[in-house]
Amino acid sequence: MADFVLTIRGVSKDFSGSPVLRDFDLEVAHGEFITLLGPSGCGKTTLLRLVAGFEQPDTGEILLGDVNLLDQPPEHRKINTIFQSYALFPHMNVFENVAFGLKLQGVKKKELNARVEQALADVKMNGLARRYPRQLSGGQQQRVAVARAVVNQPSVLLLDEPLSALDARLRRDLQLELKRIQRELGIAFILVTHDQEEALSMSDRVVVIEDGTIAQVGTPRQVYETPKSLYVAKFVGDINLFPGLISEQREDNVFLVSVQGQSLEVKAKRQLRAGQAVQLVLRPEDLRLGDAIEEGMPVFKGAVVERSYRGATLDTIIRLENGQTVQACEFFDEDDPDFDYNVGEKVEVSWVKGWEVMLPDEELV
Amino acid sequence: MKYLKIVYFTGIFVYLYVPIAIVVANAFNIDRYGLSWEGFTVQWFGMMINNAGLMEATRHSLVIAVLAASAATFIGALAAIGFSRYRFPGKRVFQGTLMTLMMAPDIILAIAFLVLFVMIGISLGFWSLLLAHITFCLPFTMVTVQARLNGMDPYLLDAARDLGASGFQILAKIIFPLLKPALFSSWLLSFTLSLDDVIVSSFVTGPAYDVLPLKIFSLVKVGVNPEVNALATLMIVLSLVIVLISQLLIKEGENK
Amino acid sequence: MKNWSKSQTAIVALVGSWLIIFGIIPIVLLVITSFLGQHPIDFFTPTFSFESYRELFNRAYVDVLLRSMKFAAVTTLLCLLLGYPFAWLTGRLPGKYRNLVLILLMVPFWTNSLIRTYAIRMVLGKKGFINLFLLHTGIIDAPIRLLYTDWAVVVGLFYLMLPFMILPLYANIEKLDYRLVEAARDLGANFFYCFKRVVLPLTLPGIYAGCIMVFVPTMGLFYVADLLGGARQLLIGNLIKQHFLNAHNWPLGSAESVVLILIMAVMLAFYGFIVQRLSGKGGGV
Repeated sequence: MADFVLTIRGVSKDFSGSPVLRDFDLEVAHGEFITLLGPSGCGKTTLLRLVAGFEQPDTGEILLGDVNLLDQPPEHRKINTIFQSYALFPHMNVFENVAFGLKLQGVKKKELNARVEQALADVKMNGLARRYPRQLSGGQQQRVAVARAVVNQPSVLLLDEPLSALDARLRRDLQLELKRIQRELGIAFILVTHDQEEALSMSDRVVVIEDGTIAQVGTPRQVYETPKSLYVAKFVGDINLFPGLISEQREDNVFLVSVQGQSLEVKAKRQLRAGQAVQLVLRPEDLRLGDAIEEGMPVFKGAVVERSYRGATLDTIIRLENGQTVQACEFFDEDDPDFDYNVGEKVEVSWVKGWEVMLPDEELV
Repeated sequence: MKYLKIVYFTGIFVYLYVPIAIVVANAFNIDRYGLSWEGFTVQWFGMMINNAGLMEATRHSLVIAVLAASAATFIGALAAIGFSRYRFPGKRVFQGTLMTLMMAPDIILAIAFLVLFVMIGISLGFWSLLLAHITFCLPFTMVTVQARLNGMDPYLLDAARDLGASGFQILAKIIFPLLKPALFSSWLLSFTLSLDDVIVSSFVTGPAYDVLPLKIFSLVKVGVNPEVNALATLMIVLSLVIVLISQLLIKEGENK
Repeated sequence: MKNWSKSQTAIVALVGSWLIIFGIIPIVLLVITSFLGQHPIDFFTPTFSFESYRELFNRAYVDVLLRSMKFAAVTTLLCLLLGYPFAWLTGRLPGKYRNLVLILLMVPFWTNSLIRTYAIRMVLGKKGFINLFLLHTGIIDAPIRLLYTDWAVVVGLFYLMLPFMILPLYANIEKLDYRLVEAARDLGANFFYCFKRVVLPLTLPGIYAGCIMVFVPTMGLFYVADLLGGARQLLIGNLIKQHFLNAHNWPLGSAESVVLILIMAVMLAFYGFIVQRLSGKGGGV
């Protein structure tokens, strides 16, 4: 068995002259849940269609295990797709929809019935086999789409923004469902989405795509906590940016950085030099206000511009003395269950030591 | 103003239906010349059935209509699928040809077919008539099917391919089943067009295969003919039934 | 074409060859035949000749052409004048009445035109409905001759072609944004002004489409001329039929058909021109 279930090597694709994918490399491990994350137009759906076989790459190759997929049309590939609009056949009931692929393969009736029933049970749709798609809710249709795809035991399952048409609560429920199904079946899932929360919560690995190339590949934690570029940092969650300047390099990976006149030591596994402009990236939940600030951390003074109660957290927007605004997100806990701020109230802002990520300032490079 | 509207509509419909009503009424009139109402009878229907020539012509026309409608629906559906999904050289020319067939006056089509059949050696009779009828129904079936095709979710075809279906399988299992309502209404439309045709049939059929319009023409040239009244009544009823069926189909299509 | 699946090839091949053999080639043959030499028995002689076209300039044939165009024009005008209000009013009707009206329009339309022409004959005859009615009510003393006149033919043509005018008109009028009319009224236009400056220009493509659907085909309806007009060769359709079926003079018949085709082509080109000029003016096109 080959090391990776899917290998994408040097793939490029142009559409009417404009490049959509550029020299794309990716290896997907067996049984992995990997998400392609990026804004609309970044090429993620195109990549999915290339893997499925609906488009052909201009350069590069795509391998399923050891087999080059170049000349295989979609109907021959051991890959199945779940489409954004589900594309359930309206003239067939649930059972017939799910059985469609198996029938084409010539699977015998007894085995076919068993496998279809099992697939429907896997997605918790057993009682509804005789219903027609128009009689199902969005969530139910999505499950049928999943069953229809996985019953064929593909090596890889492609999901094209399958949850974007659903409301928030349903999305969360179905995210968990998909994770469970994926784990139980052990099939590699490739999910395409523009929703970073979805990507982070479901995946083993996240591929952040920028303009047709990979900006960063990593576990959700890696991508969120140690983004490799401002693009990734901005895309994967909310951020606060503190522009600074490197005063000197202390040791390997330790730098002295000056931010708004204050100095602090920052660790960064990067090639940086004294005098270089940088950005310190901090998530809203990394910030600490007022009494929560640690000893020795630089303090930035500001005033509260807006505060919102979010149930589990209190989110604040603060304008610092130097004019920039930052977002903070503080959790309620047993020590201080009722805190709040008044608009206009003066606060001091800092963050948890070591939680900052230092990136070269791309705009000034 | 409202009365004017009602008067106008009534006027037009009276004008459209009175001649037909007279024919239908006289089909049951004992007086064969329709001068006055002499009494109710169905004898003309009986005489009509016994008129072997008339019945044979009717049978021929119905056979042609059914076969032409079926073939035109099939080929027209394929044409609609081909035009909407594929690109191929000469597509514009073919679309233009279909448009021309649809808009050209019957008489031009009629003699063009006649010239074709004689020159390639098809003798005038059943086959020439059938081929001609299929051809002039084709643009209408294509347009009807195309309308329905354009409303179909294009991802359904991708999904079918994804699940392993080849081109023919997609056609048979996905496209044709979903096109059913359009196929029915195309069939009805073609059936009617074929049965309604006078001019093309006059030119491209031969003595061996007599069809209704020619038979009726020869019967009515001299004057009123009660058997023709009876036949006309039946054909009017047939039109009514067809229109009602197609309306039901449209209603059902909307309900889906 | 190398990426084509088997089904794709099959479809294109079938449809393509049918259209070529039964669509394109017949018309081409027709045009070619018009340029062949005449032969009284064998339909034509395989030599190139302009004689048919030259013969067309014969006074008698020109008369027929002009007469046909007169009939067609009168019929078209009648259809337009009586059909336009029908299409307009139907377009303004609420949904279910609209359907009912259209169905009522369809039923006679889908009845064999020969039978409908025959029905007109029953109405117009000396012993027909109109005469009986007039005699009965004492308006006249003796039956008047309605049949076998030019007007009988016009009535018949109009009877058959009315739906052909109404349908394209209706298709166009249905797409008309009535709010434009309301806006004009709001700005002070009265009914006639509104019609002349707003409705008419916007529905012109529909009017024109209706005229094309009526004008040229009317000239081919030989059976109407035969049944209602008597044995005279009133329409080009009659001439073509006579030359083709009776006189075995194919080149001449073809030449006459080519003339019809040219008239049609000119009208269509003009239609395209009108549509282009009016596109972007907010009406249903």
